[in-house]
Amino acid sequence: MFFYFRFLFIVVLIGCENPTQQSSENTSDTLSGKLIITGSSTVAPLASELAKKFEDLHKQVKVDVQTGGSSRGIADVRRQVSDIGMVSRKLKAAENDLTPHLLAIDGVSIIVNAKNPVLELTAQQIRDIYLKKIVNWQSINGVDKEITVINKAEGRSTLEVFTKHFQLKNRDIKPDVIIGDNEQGIKLVANNPNAIAYVSIGAAEYSVQHGVNVKALPLNGVPANTQNLAEKRFPLSRELNFVTLGEVSPLSEAFLHFSRSSQIKPIVEEYGFVALLSR
Amino acid sequence: MSPCYRDKLFITGFKAAACITVLSLMFIIFFLIYESSSILTSTNLSQYLLDESWHPTDGEFLLTPMIVGSVLIMFGAMLFSIPLGIFTAILIHYYAPVWIAHLLQRIVEILGGIPSVVFGFWGIIMIVPFLASIQAPGTSLLAGVLVLTLIVFPGMTLFACSALQQVNKLHIQNAIALGLSRFSIIKHIILPQAKPGLLTGMILQSGRAIGETLAVLMVCGNVVQIPGSLFEPVRTLTSNIALEMAYAMDEHRSALFLSGLLLMFVVLGLVLLSEKFKSVPITE
Repeated sequence: MFFYFRFLFIVVLIGCENPTQQSSENTSDTLSGKLIITGSSTVAPLASELAKKFEDLHKQVKVDVQTGGSSRGIADVRRQVSDIGMVSRKLKAAENDLTPHLLAIDGVSIIVNAKNPVLELTAQQIRDIYLKKIVNWQSINGVDKEITVINKAEGRSTLEVFTKHFQLKNRDIKPDVIIGDNEQGIKLVANNPNAIAYVSIGAAEYSVQHGVNVKALPLNGVPANTQNLAEKRFPLSRELNFVTLGEVSPLSEAFLHFSRSSQIKPIVEEYGFVALLSR
Repeated sequence: MSPCYRDKLFITGFKAAACITVLSLMFIIFFLIYESSSILTSTNLSQYLLDESWHPTDGEFLLTPMIVGSVLIMFGAMLFSIPLGIFTAILIHYYAPVWIAHLLQRIVEILGGIPSVVFGFWGIIMIVPFLASIQAPGTSLLAGVLVLTLIVFPGMTLFACSALQQVNKLHIQNAIALGLSRFSIIKHIILPQAKPGLLTGMILQSGRAIGETLAVLMVCGNVVQIPGSLFEPVRTLTSNIALEMAYAMDEHRSALFLSGLLLMFVVLGLVLLSEKFKSVPITE
């Protein structure tokens, strides 16, 4: 028994000492060490994929991606708990202590069931629907059915983009259903011909292409797709940023550089975002 | 390795397992208290019952609708699954032919083994559109109750089965010899004897019902309100945590941990309550 514990103790000691030895020995030409990235759950899946690719290129590097929302991304970078923060919006004026590194653009699109005859909704109609001033589809598309209003849970960045664009306050919105992630909204709308929701354009486009029973409505006459997003024509959109504080370590710098290289474009598009490489 | 040494090794292993069990519970409770401590020590704890609504980003933290939601869903699901479970168990034990009883028992076991998210998904596709055809929006208290009933009743059935098995066989044989009907044997001899076991099952399954998260989140609509009817959406404490934890900061986060702590104590209370019934002797 005692031997076993002593063995364990030694293993733990070795385990503890190993990384420090490695990092001091491998300072020659390759990068090494650990990079911590935290923040927006919209950016996190993409960041994880980038991290994997980056780890393949640099064997001595470990990248740790954690979610917790844009606000956590900012708070962690400020407290220097993380190296890079993920923020799924433009930085606010009060956040000018941080440096943004624009990664991609994401859009929010209004979705309805594919059977719904409606072709487009005006901003005023969308406002009225979410404020329950219009409760029936009749005045919009002639179908006498009650509208099922789907809203997002508080704190989600899609909700922020949506409410800000339509000048709504979340406390004034009277939803019938509150959802967490995009997938849940798409499933509900696909199974309810009278529902309306808003989700990330990437998620909506992916579902439409894969035959899910939903359609994305155009806004101000601009169809909701990734191409219009890339050309910055689609109004309901947001920036996806990496943020850093002050002087950036060589490792972070290398990762940020990698995240802007042309080889990541297909990965970004896989997630339904639009890559911004021309800088 | 001498037998004595091996024995010691085993005992140490068992002790370690027991320690890990106790420690993990302690650790979870400590962690919940620690995370919600900033709220527990603040003077205005009453705001969680007196605020106007639940708008955490505006600093309003009314927990009452979620507590009501959790309790309503739990009672609703138990209302359906208790009779369903007990009747199925009685059918399996006393009425069905052997092969049907075996088949039924296997089916119930399989139902109990299906992950709850599958029930949730099934609820979105089947129950919600059906309820929506009666009254929009479909995602409602009733949808939650129905889906939760399906999740809870297999466990209730299995508890009821084991409670029925513990009934003294001699009493049943005597009753048969006296020429009592099957119904009156069940009503006057079997059920009274199985009562402690049934009660334990009910209470433990209530704990399961109030703790269920994902399936409920998928079909309940999650609007923070005290529902006016069965067809209105509700949000439970567990869905609230699951929906908002990923994005919660500071006081909002603590408020979610507080609701976690609340749930923990409810389940703890239910388990203690079930212990009370267990101690009742099974035979007279």
